[in-house]
Amino acid sequence: MRYLDEYRDYDSVQRMAQEIRRVSNRPWTLMEVCGGQTHTIVKSGLQELLPASITLVHGPGCPVCVTPISMIDRAVATALLPEVILCSFGDMLRVPGSTQSLLDAKSLGADVRIVYSPLDALKLARSNPQREVVFFAVGFETTAPANAMTVWQACREKLSNLSMLVSHVLVPPAMEAVLSSPQCQVQGFLAAGHACMVTGYEEYFSISRRFRVPIVVTGFEPLDLLEGVLMLVRQLEHGCAEVANQYTRAVAREGNRAAQERVSEVFEVTDRAWRGIGEIAGSGLRLRETYRSFDAEAKFDLQLEDPTESPECIAGLVLQGLRRPYDCPAFGTRCTPDAPLGAPMVSSEGACAAYFHFGRSKDDADLYMPVAAANP
Amino acid sequence: MPTFTCPLPLPTRERILLAHGGGGRLTNQLLEEIFLPAFANTALEARHDGALLSVGGARLAMTTDSYVVQPLVFPGGTIGDLAVNGTVNDLAMCGARPMALSAGFILEEGLAMDTLRQVVFSMRDAAMMAHVPIVTGDTKVVDKGKGDGIFINTSGIGVVVAPGPIGPQSVRAGDVVLVSGDLGAHGIAILSVREGLQFEGPMLSDTACLWPAVEALLSAGIEIHCLRDLTRGGLSSALNEIASAAGLHIMVQEALIPVSAVVRGACELLGLDPLYVANEGRFAVFIAEKDADRALTILRAQSVSAGAVQVGMVHERKSDRSSGIVTLRSRIGGHRVLDMMSGEQLPRIC
Repeated sequence: MRYLDEYRDYDSVQRMAQEIRRVSNRPWTLMEVCGGQTHTIVKSGLQELLPASITLVHGPGCPVCVTPISMIDRAVATALLPEVILCSFGDMLRVPGSTQSLLDAKSLGADVRIVYSPLDALKLARSNPQREVVFFAVGFETTAPANAMTVWQACREKLSNLSMLVSHVLVPPAMEAVLSSPQCQVQGFLAAGHACMVTGYEEYFSISRRFRVPIVVTGFEPLDLLEGVLMLVRQLEHGCAEVANQYTRAVAREGNRAAQERVSEVFEVTDRAWRGIGEIAGSGLRLRETYRSFDAEAKFDLQLEDPTESPECIAGLVLQGLRRPYDCPAFGTRCTPDAPLGAPMVSSEGACAAYFHFGRSKDDADLYMPVAAANP
Repeated sequence: MPTFTCPLPLPTRERILLAHGGGGRLTNQLLEEIFLPAFANTALEARHDGALLSVGGARLAMTTDSYVVQPLVFPGGTIGDLAVNGTVNDLAMCGARPMALSAGFILEEGLAMDTLRQVVFSMRDAAMMAHVPIVTGDTKVVDKGKGDGIFINTSGIGVVVAPGPIGPQSVRAGDVVLVSGDLGAHGIAILSVREGLQFEGPMLSDTACLWPAVEALLSAGIEIHCLRDLTRGGLSSALNEIASAAGLHIMVQEALIPVSAVVRGACELLGLDPLYVANEGRFAVFIAEKDADRALTILRAQSVSAGAVQVGMVHERKSDRSSGIVTLRSRIGGHRVLDMMSGEQLPRIC
């Protein structure tokens, strides 16, 4: 299959891994920002191919993980309104809110539907004029254009029964937050290729300069990730801190202008709370005033109790690369994908779930993946 | 920097979720916590695809299954095909020649008679292909809105013809794991209708009767250690159940697992893993390594298992600490645990 097989080819991957082993002399800690990259790394056992001196830590780029609990509670409460059809991407359904997930709401009779695109919500709104269709708009810059397009289209069609529960977040402010932490151990970033496909990577130059950190825009296949690692290690070994683009087949420096224009027409930048991390200034998107009638939060003025979060789980530290999932005492025992305590145990992009599915327990990892386990 | 907290709500499991029927972890939990304690007996506790019973000197296998698929008619079959083949296959996986089926219908008020005819005719044809009569049945009709068109339950009995015990307890370190053909076609065919997906090539369900393949192995004198059809939860869940019941380590090679280009493409698009996607005409067989080549030749001569290949091997566990486990060597040469499916397979965001 084109664009897949060549990036999963055994010989090419082994050659790239060998080159990384050849050029790396010192220990380096690198963060892959996007949950999709974490998924590939763990699913393909990629860490095993790297020298023990290179540690990959998993970043905050999992939309499911960082959507604040208050927003999950709001989605659940909205879904339980009898007139509402709540549409969501699939893996948001299992994320635990204060007391319930959307799947729990569904089992109580809420009309919750999995869609593959916000445009499906648009279709549902057209064909169910007597119902209120609410789309749960989560995600990074990658999903923002389609969501913006949907609102724009609904506005043109004067569809008054479609609205969005918007919890969009932006990658660069989160990277800055990670770098600003006094405990930050990250020495280089594999930036999220899909988000950059939309935004380009102009914004990264100032981050790279200010924090003296190399940033490589990287794709999602095993060979992409290894090449991204190689590009970072080469810079680090030479004391450089520059922005580079590994994912040239998809990403242009200026990004996709048409998509950016549609996004900024419909959305504006706002402060946003990140689950497990806290509020980060200028790190989210909300609907502009002109499109406020499509804002589900305003439309259904629900009074919710304060969300309840417990300090036991260490998801915030995992999302910043300060801890690994195995470091959590609840990992794999009190917290599993069937009964997730924290959001990173839910989506296959969440670091905890990725470790659980593909490594299951520290014991199993030590026994069956000895090389991977040798990396702290 | 802000302070770091993490959500820790109490897990609520006091209601049935769809995932309890998904064939993964939650289904197992339901069995272990509710059904097995309530109905405890030795035949049930073997937890095979069917129960093995000794009746008047004869060795019988008995099984039952309910079918609730939507859409009722899909590319390559209908709910009726599944209802016959699924139950016949459960018997075949016990090494039993299917002898007779029952069929119970729960029909929803307002169902088009033509749809019922189409489903029943496909059951007739599937039963004829499998050489097994439908000998008794039942019909109930529920109010409109209380069913989903048609629900079907079928039960089957068969005569065990396999000489030795077939099941996880017979699996040994050194056994090889064969699968009977490419994986995921049924699940993707169903999904393609539900999601309105179009593919370049035809995407048909693999629903089929597996008995001819099993019978061919048995009549050639192949000593079968374990058989499992790869339905809900796909290959991963089946292998996990066997590894866990046998207390052994199964290792499969991603590069050897057959998945058609269409299924791979659809899974990539939808964020699904073909190793968890349901099949209705595929099975895994565990045999001694010395029999592997001969078994593959025999399987490939049967149309239902023409695509049979070896995908892995069984090893001893590496420590008493670890229970049964399944690992996968990835295409690029890394390793990971291949876990049982948690909940339903949900499409990822991006």
